[in-house]
Amino acid sequence: MIRSDIIRSILPVIDDALVVCNIGLPSQELFLHGDRPANFYMLGTMGLASSIGLGLALAQKAPVVGIDGDGSVLTNLGTLPTIANNVASNFTLLIIDNGSYGSTGDQPTYAGQKTSLAAVARACGCNHVVECRAEDTARTLRDALDGGRMTVIVAKCDSGNVPVPVIDLDPAVIRHRFMQEVVRRNAE
Amino acid sequence: MSIHRKITDSLARNRVEFVTTVPCKQLAGVIDLLTSDDRFLHVPANKEDEGMGLCAGAYMGGKRAGIIMQNTAIGVTINALVTLIQYYNIPLPMLISYRGEVGEKVACQVEMAVHTKGLLAQLGIPTYHFHRPDDAEELDGILAHCFMARKPVAILMDASFWGGAK
Ligand SMILES: [Mg+2]
Repeated sequence: MIRSDIIRSILPVIDDALVVCNIGLPSQELFLHGDRPANFYMLGTMGLASSIGLGLALAQKAPVVGIDGDGSVLTNLGTLPTIANNVASNFTLLIIDNGSYGSTGDQPTYAGQKTSLAAVARACGCNHVVECRAEDTARTLRDALDGGRMTVIVAKCDSGNVPVPVIDLDPAVIRHRFMQEVVRRNAE
Repeated sequence: MSIHRKITDSLARNRVEFVTTVPCKQLAGVIDLLTSDDRFLHVPANKEDEGMGLCAGAYMGGKRAGIIMQNTAIGVTINALVTLIQYYNIPLPMLISYRGEVGEKVACQVEMAVHTKGLLAQLGIPTYHFHRPDDAEELDGILAHCFMARKPVAILMDASFWGGAK
């Protein structure tokens, strides 16, 4: 399984969650297969999906899933101690780890070599870290959301991409409809 | 009232509830106050661009957010400012310790100080320079302006403002 398979497999699971999705192909795949106002697509700024997700989770009550990649977590490695030390029980960080910088042509990352992001997350103090196979991602994510405690999931998959169109939404529109959805979900 | 207290009171009056910081010697007093003040959720960041991500998320979650950092951080955060904060029209007050101005004792800080205003101008970021302690009176208006305009704004606070340029 490659990242795009994982993203399609988790669509039924993330229904009740606000999603902050990583720049590039992950956001484009999520947009193509399951666009909805509760998705915040990053159109730039590699590395900050987990930070945006944590800030969002700390600021309001609805469950938040951050969909991140191994390359993006490596570029903002300081995020893991911040997540560990500011526990938001409504936050799940899903790191889709294909061992490569997928959006730029599958150049290898260190996560596909000697570096274990799950071990790094544990060493940073994240209490609930689960590494799973690609095909178990949806179930693992469902368990994390049901568990009601902050969880970091590292889903290992193959590298590879399928062609997907770019996101043709204006950034202010993405942000505005997302914030309306945040208000609606917190009023429920 | 201390200058630090004036700053935290102004943030609270303007309903800023989420604050992220990366420390600087000049900011120690404000950061101390924030941490023990239950009007704020203070989340220290490891790097300022990470802090801007936290602030963007908190703002979208319904909490006004601000970042407190040193001017050297302008060099770290240009991409986050342009492709996240400005691109998505997210308001972000940046309370910036303006190191490298008159009274500075560390020569290297001057190297970033000489570029600070030029970089902010290039980015089109409204910039305010606090030089005398009374300049803190302007903070209320600047914060209101920031959230009205949904833009990042920079408040540069130099050594004279903090009372350290004697
Ligand atoms: Mg990758």
